Amino acid sequence: MNSRERILAAIGQNKPAYQPLPEVATFQSDYPDLVAKFSEILRFIGGLPVLVADYEEAEKYIRQTYSDLPRIVSKVPALSHLATTEWDVVDPHQLETVDLAIVQGVFGVAENSAIWVPEERGGHRVLPFICQHLVLILNASDIVPNLHDAYERLKVGESGFGVFIAGPSKTADIEQSLVIGAHGARSLSVVLLQNS
Amino acid sequence: MNHSEAAEKFTKDVDRTTWHDKTLWFVREKRDKAVFQIPEWEALREAGSRIKHNALSNLDEYLLEFEQNALKNGVKVHWAADGHEHNEIVLQILKETGATQMVKSKSMLTEECHLNEFLIEKGVDVVDTDLGERVVQLANEPPSHIVMPCIHWKKEEIGELFHEHLGTEKGASDPKYLAEAARQHLREKFMTRRAALTGVNFAVAETGGFVVCTNEGNADMGAHLADVHIASMGIEKIIPKARHLGVFLRLLARSATGQPITTYSSHFHRPRQGQTMHIIIVDNGRTTQLGRPDFRNSLKCIRCGACMNTCPVYRRSGGHSYHNAVAGPIGSILAPNLDMRKNADLPFASTLCGSCSNVCPVKIDIHDQLYKWRQVLAAEGYVDSTKKQGMKLMASVLSNPKLFRFSGKAGRTLMRLAPFSVSNPLNPWYKQREMPEPPKESFREWYVNREKK
Repeated sequence: MNSRERILAAIGQNKPAYQPLPEVATFQSDYPDLVAKFSEILRFIGGLPVLVADYEEAEKYIRQTYSDLPRIVSKVPALSHLATTEWDVVDPHQLETVDLAIVQGVFGVAENSAIWVPEERGGHRVLPFICQHLVLILNASDIVPNLHDAYERLKVGESGFGVFIAGPSKTADIEQSLVIGAHGARSLSVVLLQNS
Repeated sequence: MNHSEAAEKFTKDVDRTTWHDKTLWFVREKRDKAVFQIPEWEALREAGSRIKHNALSNLDEYLLEFEQNALKNGVKVHWAADGHEHNEIVLQILKETGATQMVKSKSMLTEECHLNEFLIEKGVDVVDTDLGERVVQLANEPPSHIVMPCIHWKKEEIGELFHEHLGTEKGASDPKYLAEAARQHLREKFMTRRAALTGVNFAVAETGGFVVCTNEGNADMGAHLADVHIASMGIEKIIPKARHLGVFLRLLARSATGQPITTYSSHFHRPRQGQTMHIIIVDNGRTTQLGRPDFRNSLKCIRCGACMNTCPVYRRSGGHSYHNAVAGPIGSILAPNLDMRKNADLPFASTLCGSCSNVCPVKIDIHDQLYKWRQVLAAEGYVDSTKKQGMKLMASVLSNPKLFRFSGKAGRTLMRLAPFSVSNPLNPWYKQREMPEPPKESFREWYVNREKK
């Protein structure tokens, strides 16, 4: 008998009598204003919400705010001309020097300001992590109240990789002092499009 | 060294003990603030608990479903009966890849299996990439907390350690500066390592995928840049459905650090193009624990660390005093399963106050299990005989009213006439505290005299 069979046999022998799944495992959150809640939580966890009307305003904001960053990748079709070079790399290691990545999120979650980013949106899986700064573009209408709603909407496993991103990377490992910018992006701005 | 000896050593430094206590209580308070914002918190805990009960009661079927789906996704699945087999599988994968260097993100399972020591002995260079884990790795120590591995380190000491190993300025202790130094140091590792190992927070039977939660982004930096991604998981990490992630991700970070969710909740299903992905499913004593009706619920644990942050004993004795990969209350009910003799002291490292059970996001009856382990360990002969004799003596006094009254009176007189007889270092109750004034009379005496008046 190999380990697989041994483990499965031991579980079969030792597991308790069958217990059904709970009938209630999803809950509703009543937030009167989803964008306000999302923005409040995002600020709390170190991110910056930016409300704009449309892509044109989004572009203006990004140009103004990140004018000092030379190497910009944009994976958002409507904002593709913000990219500073082609960045159509084969090897993800080549993204090491990216200063700013602009990626479109699929939807956001008000209760924790997490944004779902499947790999298709970033081109390379590592892009939203390896860049120094990250801008996520999100339709303000694409915010769901809580994570139960999120998984209702999401087809887990459809993408080979997908990630909920909530705020910039951070650590509090040194004496519980919060430091923004651990190994992933040092900052996160979420640009919320109101007319889309 | 057993827990109480190690704790005695730790508490010798009174200021450090107070600092450690306060730091962890601060995290507990953050947890409370986050939890109080969720009106349905108790119902959410109940749901989490019951999903885990279901998962354990059907674990073999779910593991098979998970394996089948993972294979369909192009992931290689391995099974390891114990820590040694797990380590051998990792080594074999590295050999096949031709990798002699590996980056690793946080995995308490690999701590339990002593993977680092094993690989280093075989000539593999392993680098822990979580900041706290890197600190304890450079210091040649195990983590002292499952979520905050170097919670027992002061920033000045980390500054000194980094000065020695990473060449930071001498005397520098600013957390921002030190974290930046670690970022630069580890970025080079991420860029050059061809193999990455991560832990698994949740494995979804329905989809064959797994979720890894981090704040630093180190698991993703490692996994997405390496040619080979190895994910190690205990058999109990299984949850039945993808939608159950909604329940557990709402519970996990709030319980752990008071965050609404970790910065990254990464859902891995298929290797990226040109990459190989492996999952190692590990037993290492878990099936035995599953067979103990009183203790199987410990397998529901989602490793948030809330029970440690709230525990009055953990906060004042430090994680290393538990001499086990997982410390604190949860570690104390997991460890005796692995080795009763070695860990017989741990279920006694508790006041049984029950705070751990109150904060547990999946409602594990931790303090009840601590109490039950004491019974088992005593019955199996793993408890110190002096403790047993003391208990027997106490039982005979407490069950004999005359003897009880006599002993009480004798004790009070003795304390009054010869305080030194109790206020001396031979009496463990005298350690670090003053003995109370002996009362003039017992409650019973007072009651009887009151009738006479």
